[in-house]
Amino acid sequence: MIFAGIDIGSRTVELVLVEGGRVIESRQSETGFDPVFEAKKLLEGLEFDGIMATGYGRNLFENAFENAGTVTEIKAHATGARAEFCDAGTVLDIGGQDSKAIRLDNSGRIKKFEMNDRCAAGTGKFLEIMAENLGFSLDNFGPAALTAKKDLVINSMCTVFAESEVTSLIARGADRSEIARALHRSVVRRAAGMLGRVSSSGPIVFSGGVAKNACIRELLSDTLEREVMVPRYPQMVGALGAALILESRAFK
Amino acid sequence: MSDDNTSMWKNLGLDLKAHDVLLGVLGQAYQDIYLSQENRPRGMEYFDFVMSEIHGLRIKELLDEKEKKRKIIGSYCVFVPEEIALAANATLVGLCSGADFAVEQVEKYLPRNTCSLIKSSFGFKLAKVCPYLECADMIVGENTCDGKKKAYETMGTLVDNLYVMDLPQMKSDNGRKLLRSEYDRFKSAVEELTGVEISVDSLKEAIRTVNEKRAAIHRLSQLRIADPVPISGLDALLANQVFFYDNPARFTQSVNKICDELEERISKKKGVFPEKTPRILFSGCPMAVPNWKLPWIVETSGAVIVGEESCVGERGTRNLTDDSGKTVDALMDAVADRYFKIDCAIFTPNQDRRDHILEMTRAYKADGVIHYGLQFCQPYNMESIPVEKLLEEEGIPCLRIETDYGMEDVGQIKTRVEAFIEQIQD
Repeated sequence: MIFAGIDIGSRTVELVLVEGGRVIESRQSETGFDPVFEAKKLLEGLEFDGIMATGYGRNLFENAFENAGTVTEIKAHATGARAEFCDAGTVLDIGGQDSKAIRLDNSGRIKKFEMNDRCAAGTGKFLEIMAENLGFSLDNFGPAALTAKKDLVINSMCTVFAESEVTSLIARGADRSEIARALHRSVVRRAAGMLGRVSSSGPIVFSGGVAKNACIRELLSDTLEREVMVPRYPQMVGALGAALILESRAFK
Repeated sequence: MSDDNTSMWKNLGLDLKAHDVLLGVLGQAYQDIYLSQENRPRGMEYFDFVMSEIHGLRIKELLDEKEKKRKIIGSYCVFVPEEIALAANATLVGLCSGADFAVEQVEKYLPRNTCSLIKSSFGFKLAKVCPYLECADMIVGENTCDGKKKAYETMGTLVDNLYVMDLPQMKSDNGRKLLRSEYDRFKSAVEELTGVEISVDSLKEAIRTVNEKRAAIHRLSQLRIADPVPISGLDALLANQVFFYDNPARFTQSVNKICDELEERISKKKGVFPEKTPRILFSGCPMAVPNWKLPWIVETSGAVIVGEESCVGERGTRNLTDDSGKTVDALMDAVADRYFKIDCAIFTPNQDRRDHILEMTRAYKADGVIHYGLQFCQPYNMESIPVEKLLEEEGIPCLRIETDYGMEDVGQIKTRVEAFIEQIQD
């Protein structure tokens, strides 16, 4: 039997099909302004026995698609991370509009989680806005930050306040890759705070779009002095988790 | 709404246009959150009626009382003893503080980072939309948290009948003495306001009236232990909210009537949600009408709330007042003793509250605790961390939510609540 998981996030939609616990298909697109339309487009031409939606658009999808189940991003990412790294104990997911830290027990059950509140601090959106302010593409932002020669300090984690700090750093003639590194540090500080509240040691599985950023990965592991493990396709972890949850329920 | 109401509101000095907006929002929220619930006990019809007339009939009753020279005292806190008001032939009502209103105006008087509850009390005053406030002969402000304490200084410039009650911050002998002497001072102020001297008989009678009200709520709380739960957390919260507004004797009778019905439901194993629905205990800041945001999210996400460790809930109603004293002095001692036990987060240290959270979690067979902190409420948000730690040590899942009256974070809170329920069910 084939099970589908779909993760409708604020920036992207991911779809994963699993059969017998293995991924047989994965697709991705931008969320745009009509997430249900994008989601249905991703599903074109695919056949499966059941579908489970996660992400902020999960309820929209559930209403628009017959027999779809839903699961929260937290459980989906926990399950997906556990599938990628079988002894995962701590999961960090930083997506487009929110971030979460999750602690799992030995059998993979969620013991505790933290999620950012309503603001964009410490999320992919923050990095996206800041990259644009400094004239970097999102893909080049992390690599550029890694080339910085010295550390500047940006105190604010708030998108609005950080922007004004960036403006004054630019006005003082600071190097833009150094500003970039300081902004990355600000995201990592936020993530480290959340992680610290859920678990204090052991490796961290890092998922979500921001996990693709090499500078965030490096700073995170340096700051926490913990190993940071990134799945091959970090953005697919939520959709994978959703598909696997559905599969395990079907065989219960 | 009848023309009578309109002229009544006009006479009270309400801003009719703004008040219409408020009633519109309130009515819609009640429809969406309360009336859309399934399997409600029939007895809730009484509370539906009370809510539909909360600015209508109930205000008319209060005005009729005033006509007969009875005084109305408004309060913002469970530390203001209803027994003293009743004994002096006055009526105590809770004042509106559960919705955002006239925020821009409020922020001319209070810093932005003030909790929603305090801001709301100002909003209702500044926008002239709270008939309870406008018909009150005395408004009692109490020195609980710093936010309220300082806000009352400003409130004093907006109203001419504010009475400020001091409160202790430690459960020491000196703290107890302060509370007792503040209650004496309050008693004199109320007697002066009403021209009625409190006697042994009137105080005893008042204690009994309030005790009966509390006992009815205790009975309701006990019935929520059953699985399936015979009443939703939203409906039980509503009863706890109406506790502050309604005529005490009628309230007691109505709650007891619901309890009779709930007992019948329990014997038939009839519930509002299926058996084994995850059970949540709320703990933290008070939820004043119409602040139903979090319970609504929880109960539409697959869990049921089985208790409220809150001022609008068990913290406010926990203990009865001993009515065996033979003198006014002895009864006043009993009043002070009763209120001195309230485990509000303004007290330091406040171990009692942690003990009560554990006790309630076990008594109501809760699977997890959601700690509710109003944004910028320092005392409760500070306590939420040791509370979470304690629960974690006891193996009880805990979710801390910090939010305000705004609706823009409903999506994110829903995700967190759903994940918490998944965690409990795992």
